[in-house]
Amino acid sequence: MISFIIFAFFVGGLFWLSWFLGRRNSSESGFFVAGGQIHWFVNGIALTGGYLSAASFLGICGMISFSGFDGFLYSIGFLSGWVVALFVVAEPLRRLGKYTFADALESRFNSRKIHLAAGISTLVICICYLVPQMVGAGVLIEPLLGLPHHWGVILVGGVVIMIVASAGMSSTTYVQFIKAGMLITFSLVLVIAILVRGFDTEPEQVNIYGQNKPATGTRTLLLDADKTWPERLKKTPYTFTAELPDPAEPAVRWIRLDDQQPEKTAPKQSWWRMTRSGTDKLTLQRAQFIINKPDGTRIINGDEKGSLAQLAAMGRILRFGTNSAHSGRREPVGFFKMLRLFADPETLVELPRKTTLRYKGQSITLIYGKRVAGNELMRPGGHFKIGKESPWGRVNFISLMIALFFGTAALPHVLIRYYTVKDSTAARKSTITAISAIGLFYILTLFLGLGAIGNGVLNPLSDNMSAPLLARSFGNLLFAIISALAFATVLGTVSGLIVAASGAVANDLMDKFFKRNMEGRKKVIAAKTTAVTVGILAVILGIVFKGLNVGFLVGLAFAVAASANFPAIIMVLFWKKTTPQGIVASILTGTAVSLGLILMGPELFQLYGYSKADAWVPLGQPAIIAMPLSFLTLIAVSLFTGKKTAPAE
Amino acid sequence: MNDSTPYQGEATPELLFKKRLGLALCGLYALAYCGFVFLAVHDVTLMDTVMLFGLNLAAFYGLGLIVLALVLAMIYSVACNRRENAASTERRNG
Repeated sequence: MISFIIFAFFVGGLFWLSWFLGRRNSSESGFFVAGGQIHWFVNGIALTGGYLSAASFLGICGMISFSGFDGFLYSIGFLSGWVVALFVVAEPLRRLGKYTFADALESRFNSRKIHLAAGISTLVICICYLVPQMVGAGVLIEPLLGLPHHWGVILVGGVVIMIVASAGMSSTTYVQFIKAGMLITFSLVLVIAILVRGFDTEPEQVNIYGQNKPATGTRTLLLDADKTWPERLKKTPYTFTAELPDPAEPAVRWIRLDDQQPEKTAPKQSWWRMTRSGTDKLTLQRAQFIINKPDGTRIINGDEKGSLAQLAAMGRILRFGTNSAHSGRREPVGFFKMLRLFADPETLVELPRKTTLRYKGQSITLIYGKRVAGNELMRPGGHFKIGKESPWGRVNFISLMIALFFGTAALPHVLIRYYTVKDSTAARKSTITAISAIGLFYILTLFLGLGAIGNGVLNPLSDNMSAPLLARSFGNLLFAIISALAFATVLGTVSGLIVAASGAVANDLMDKFFKRNMEGRKKVIAAKTTAVTVGILAVILGIVFKGLNVGFLVGLAFAVAASANFPAIIMVLFWKKTTPQGIVASILTGTAVSLGLILMGPELFQLYGYSKADAWVPLGQPAIIAMPLSFLTLIAVSLFTGKKTAPAE
Repeated sequence: MNDSTPYQGEATPELLFKKRLGLALCGLYALAYCGFVFLAVHDVTLMDTVMLFGLNLAAFYGLGLIVLALVLAMIYSVACNRRENAASTERRNG
């Protein structure tokens, strides 16, 4: 109940703020850039609020808690991108533009086609960025209000459309400002709570809703390899029923055992992950299971009603390394000691993993704990297989780092914030404020992700909920506040994206390209119509993309931005031979190639229902190909067309 | 929406100073960033090396990149503010 009250208070407050600010500012300039008169500090924190999206809070913390240091790579990359934004892009772009970055690109030329290309790329990037925000919203609503995922997405879509349509950039700015301040404050509170509580090897056993329910528990059997199944299980209460191969790991077999003496809390049917230990022993590790029957019903850990409350939360420290000098008892730890503790090669942690099998016409999802040494957890390679033989893991890693480094400075909802302040000096100060606030927050993500592992709160079905579930382990009040803030995070980012998309359609496409000669009120009405349309599209895509990590999805949006917009921005600022034709060709090439590679890549093929190996393109991150191609296209087309038409300086 | 410094004035001394300083700092940071990526791809086990405060290289370098971004941003801010103030004083004095 308290969760709902706090949540309702937050959303109600945001609505009031939008209405209050919307009354004061209804002009064209007011809608798109809040009159260009936002104070640089407010703008800087609002930049932070727009940038710290669901990906930063839910996605990064979730990925760290499931894959270790690879999640923190996103934190490093997301912040590093601001260096390019501050040192290279912010001030010159502010001096060139008016409402959108297309205005800046077009300022040296008189080309309608630049507005067309930039409008299209802005729309594509905004939609790519909107999808993970909507997925994050759906994930949050499920445990908070007990509503299904799609209702969460629809709720966010509805609220944001109303906020943006009411006042545009003014309300968006203050929503982002308040949300960023509170998000950083409460994340810091949560990190301090983690450090004060400390860690041990037996975190409280809870289900995925944070309730104290009897869980399946962990159990391991060590059996003789050279005996038959009845002989192996002689001293146990189990009988052998089936043995199935693991679809991904040839060395692993899945065993179904039936319990001869079922207890009230123990499921009759049980599934075990079998691996060979040495030459003569077999290790069976008990797994949680979800059986999806053809008739649509499901069994979870033996529960015929299929309630998700039967699913135990996972993640824990199995052993503390001696190098970190931890006593093994719960006691406060310092910032550095916590990192040393998790990075110790002797430390052993258990992370949730899952696989899906077909058995007797049923789909069975098996959830088990993967044991990872501390040094492996705390170095790159948990998600991107950079240490393995396959070169694609390394290529994906490099490609992601390129996308994050160059993508930030080309994101439409970041760029638009350079026009909400009065001059280029204020744009610079805003960016520095944003870097400081964002940097602090990203350092906290590492502690939040690792804290979620050590406190055993991971939902094995979704890594996106790690941070809110960690908060729940400290009580419902903190959970409600963190969840409401996460929801506000989604609202703030989505608002900024929809304003940017609205500007692209109303200003770049309808006014500048189609020459509708829209001024003032007409342009604002067109933008509000776009806000509603883009919002509805984002809701639909948010429902379709359920289940993917939001950090990963945002990484793809960065790749599109780095490929489509960044080459054009840099070349128009630093290469005098750039022509409008070169800019248009570069933007369209970058957009098409990056989007094409994503759609043909392994992650999306998995979403289509195929395996990753079936993907037409083995590359999961497109920037390494799409961005250089976009640069080359701009140079080639500019050199070719420059001979015919000299650019107007 | 009034910007007193038009883009065409890119050749003014303070704008040139800011442009060069920005590119230099960005280049410096890019080198540090590339170093991190190179180390990870070249031999990921190097990231286990214990550094200052007992942190492994991955955490030390990763957190270091975040702190470096903050430090460079401050340097840029202070340098630009000084240059702009000096330029406006010069303009006032004729």
